[in-house]
Amino acid sequence: MIFITVGTQLPFDRLVKELDGFYENTKETVFAQIGPSKLSLKNCEYTGFISPIKAEELFRDASLIIAHAGMGTILTALKYRKPILIVPRKASLGEHRNEHQLATANWVRELPGVIVADDEKAAVNLLSNPQLLINEGSIPEFAEDRLLNFISKMIKDN
Amino acid sequence: MKTVLAVASAGGHWIQLLRLKPAFEGAKLHFMTTNQDLSKDVAETLYVVTDANIWEKLKLIKMFMQVAWVVIKLRPDIVITTGAAPGFAAILFGKLFGAKTIWLDSIANAEELSNSGKKAKKIADVWLTQWEHLAGEKGPSFKGKVL
Repeated sequence: MIFITVGTQLPFDRLVKELDGFYENTKETVFAQIGPSKLSLKNCEYTGFISPIKAEELFRDASLIIAHAGMGTILTALKYRKPILIVPRKASLGEHRNEHQLATANWVRELPGVIVADDEKAAVNLLSNPQLLINEGSIPEFAEDRLLNFISKMIKDN
Repeated sequence: MKTVLAVASAGGHWIQLLRLKPAFEGAKLHFMTTNQDLSKDVAETLYVVTDANIWEKLKLIKMFMQVAWVVIKLRPDIVITTGAAPGFAAILFGKLFGAKTIWLDSIANAEELSNSGKKAKKIADVWLTQWEHLAGEKGPSFKGKVL
């Protein structure tokens, strides 16, 4: 199963539409969470919003996550050791309030299992080469020790 | 035992907050977020407030009142947040009622601080970025990342 997710705040129709076209005639199940969007999709099961419990299920069952460059989505995919293909939202196209997703896309490509596509066309090109979309690495469960120690000391010394 | 109120709106902010859990060991811990379903992630009490951002004034007022109520009830020693708007409200009321307040700006803000992050400067006792290059004498401090 392939899980497409664009978060809850804003639609990301540019990506969703392209992916729906790409998955025409696929044998794979594709489930898309498309946010507050009016799109109707032909080739994917889809819904605007899902509960955190359902989302967790989908992350766990998916073989691939395709998403916007939201940190929650990226961290969750990595937690379940799933490969994630991300496309950053662009504020210049009215897709977010600022360009922080471009900034995120610039550094998360160094993480294991994170593949960055600059736009929706690049994303479907990458999807045509599924051998690129693997995650053999993993990330630690918690924050860096230096941050944990600092906060813990703040609490104890207060 | 210190009482800690740990606050984040649902989504990426919340997932980053959960990655700080080991730092809260030994404290009396309470969480606050914007979606009841997230109680699946924590064994401690979870207070749920209305989700709001700066564009939704009425919801924002309701959320601030809900946050104030929880802070007055708990009187936490420490309020810590990874954002966004509810976290700002929590450090505001936390500060007002004598808590030490910690703002940890989201790792998503790699090029500049978030809007709430910038506003938090005046209130937070400890003002942190997760990006070393954004830290500075007049800016936030850098003490590490959630990843």
